Amino acid sequence: METKNAVRMVDITKTFGPVVANNKVSLTIDKGEILSLLGENGSGKTTLMNMLSGIYLPDSGQIYVNGEKVTIASPRDAFALHIGMIHQHFKLVDVLTAAENIVLGLNESPLVDLKNVRADVKDICDRYGFVVEPDKKVYDMSVSEKQTLEIVKVLYRGADILILDEPTAVLTPQETDKLFAVMRNMQADGKAIVIITHKLHEVMAISDRVAVLRKGEYIGDVPTSETSPQKLTDMMVGKATALNIDRPEPENLTERLVVKDLTVVDSDGVKRLDNVSFTAYGGEILGIAGISGSGQKELLEAIAGLQRIEAGGSIVYTPREGDGEAEELVGKSPMDIKKKGVRLAFVPEDRLGMGLVGNMNIPDNMMLKSYDAGRSVFTDRKTPRDLGASIIEQLEVVTPGLSTPVRRLSGGNVQKVLVGREIAAHPSLLMTAYAVRGLDINTSYTIYHLLNEQKQLGTAVIYVGEDLDVLLELCDRILVLCAGKVSGVVNGRETKKEEVGLLMTHLKEEAQA
Amino acid sequence: MTQIISLFQAAVVFGTVILFGAVGEILTEKAGNLNLGVPGIMYLGGIASLIGVFFYEMNNPNPIPAVCLLIALVCALVAAAIGGLIFSFLTITLRTNQNVTGLALNIFAGGFANFFGGSLNKLAGGVGQISVATTSAAVRKTIMGSNNWAGPFDDMLLSYGFMVYLAIICAIGIKWFINRTSIGLNLRAVGENPATADAAGINVTKYKYLATCIGGAISGLGGLYYVMDYMKGTWDSAGAIEGLGWLALALVIFASWKPLRAIWGAYLFGALSWAYFYIPGLTRRSMELFKMLPYVATLIVLVVVAMQRSRENQPPAGLGLPYFREER
Repeated sequence: METKNAVRMVDITKTFGPVVANNKVSLTIDKGEILSLLGENGSGKTTLMNMLSGIYLPDSGQIYVNGEKVTIASPRDAFALHIGMIHQHFKLVDVLTAAENIVLGLNESPLVDLKNVRADVKDICDRYGFVVEPDKKVYDMSVSEKQTLEIVKVLYRGADILILDEPTAVLTPQETDKLFAVMRNMQADGKAIVIITHKLHEVMAISDRVAVLRKGEYIGDVPTSETSPQKLTDMMVGKATALNIDRPEPENLTERLVVKDLTVVDSDGVKRLDNVSFTAYGGEILGIAGISGSGQKELLEAIAGLQRIEAGGSIVYTPREGDGEAEELVGKSPMDIKKKGVRLAFVPEDRLGMGLVGNMNIPDNMMLKSYDAGRSVFTDRKTPRDLGASIIEQLEVVTPGLSTPVRRLSGGNVQKVLVGREIAAHPSLLMTAYAVRGLDINTSYTIYHLLNEQKQLGTAVIYVGEDLDVLLELCDRILVLCAGKVSGVVNGRETKKEEVGLLMTHLKEEAQA
Repeated sequence: MTQIISLFQAAVVFGTVILFGAVGEILTEKAGNLNLGVPGIMYLGGIASLIGVFFYEMNNPNPIPAVCLLIALVCALVAAAIGGLIFSFLTITLRTNQNVTGLALNIFAGGFANFFGGSLNKLAGGVGQISVATTSAAVRKTIMGSNNWAGPFDDMLLSYGFMVYLAIICAIGIKWFINRTSIGLNLRAVGENPATADAAGINVTKYKYLATCIGGAISGLGGLYYVMDYMKGTWDSAGAIEGLGWLALALVIFASWKPLRAIWGAYLFGALSWAYFYIPGLTRRSMELFKMLPYVATLIVLVVVAMQRSRENQPPAGLGLPYFREER
């Protein structure tokens, strides 16, 4: 039976432990259409598509391909159904050539016969307007070339349904245009294409239809021609929900950290932060919002002395009254910063990587901050032990004992230990990245409470978050990052979720341009 | 001239032992498994072949050379493959640390081999030294004979037992296999980037197991050759096999994971190892300095390769890392 639907997913549910990634999601993909799958981070877009490409198995629900019910248990099954996914992180072997990567795992002939592959690849390239050099090694390729190779690889395997997971995240605007041209050629050839993205202007530019997910729920789908970026944003962020987080009025605001013209370039030469300037005040919580990868990590690391900052940038730290002089932090290592008496506390995103050492127990982790204290050649083990014990008591950390390695604790307890240690140093500036990610409601509220306490003590708190509802209720001001730039600073008490959502997707500037 | 020919011959015989070890290890490492147990696996290959033929020769007054060879080869291959299997099971299935597992395998296999080597010496009675003369002779029998048509080259190139040529064939065969066949391509992908190989539908676990076991079997032939040719069918409990095993591991690095480079590298290592014997006027003490030449050569190669920053001479990217498909 010939159907219009290439794929029909019905009532798909997928959970990871307590987290529901997809809740009864139903989605159709038509032949010859480009469908945008839109949603915030963690809305379940990639999870849903991973079930189509055989990476995950759904907990419940059915998948129909070309009208027939199927079970997709492995990437191999997906290939057999002509479904190909281009992952955000390329699945290529660096030391092999393009052609070798294309035939990998196919075992078409006992001996590697690249002559036919070259011809076939040239065919595919000519048909859709790609350029791939079959004998170029992957390590010599640019990001865009690698992506092209991934697409050709999938097409070589006969894919009729292509899924592209945030394909433009790593591309320049010119490369994006080229990709879109190729996508239109594939569409004209009758292929069904799904593009996962959270860039609204791309959705408007390329797709025929938009399906929106929010927090694992299917919100709905609309033809692109009948919608607008504003409407899509509303669908994406939804209505504000009340969380009743305390927000004491800020008092005695003092300038604590003045960041000017901060630019950070990564090892690939991509600007992760672009001329970022802002001021953080003691006595307030400054929220930082943005789609993940917009420069949040780099910003915090730059302040903590962990990133190389381009010339011209400046980060001036002014301590509390009577606690020393103002310091320029740029060009200083974390140790320099500490030695200068800068009271900076950092709760990084990667708790058991950058924050704590998983195999060490609580006192040893406390000691990471104080091993060089005192004058004796021997370390002082008593103070960290006492500190650990008091954190366990005050923050109600659930642990078998002080000597248990922290990796054996649950995520929430790990975070309590980390936050407890950072706060114990009486910081003047407290930076947290995704402080409540993966934590249950109670622990989250404990963390909010601790942050508010610090704020009332006159600490400047920087809170990088992903949940807009929390940011809107916890923070006094919210700085919004988009692609490494500050797209706006809004008052947390007055702003609306939609406004922050628009700033996150950079719509304001585009509307003006 | 005779000196040079003699050094060349010594180098080839010495090099053949470590060439087997290195070629097997290259195959293993191409699948991403860093098996530091090569010395132990060579021990297993050596002692197993010795045990097998010892009983055959002891119970048969007139042992047939071909049968001797067959028994020696089968015993060595099977025992060494079992060594690889132990390593595979521990590191791939149980995901133990590869370095620790390899070292443990060395300690185990060294003890195992020397225990049974000593027992064999006892069983043989007499002066306390066993000898499997027929097998040793069969292994050392020159296949070309000595017809002298090539002058000095005859001695240099044709005066060895078949295993010298078998080692070269193995190296060329492995090179052809990993570079030219589809399975070899898949194997390289497993060693470089197991997640990518997995996504391409390659059975990573199967490839790692097979490469490690077959690689182990090839390495084990080095032990066989050492016992039957180098030691002329006797057992030496002084731990020389272990030293050669480490040299084989050094050779893998020296050859930048390329089997053909391992061939001349093995002979170079052989020449460097024996150089002290041919340099006049060395005292016992200064000899020891020269014995470290192969290791110095490996260090120099490491420095040069690090400075070149060429992507072609690097170890497989996934070497030594366990792989399991992660859920999120």
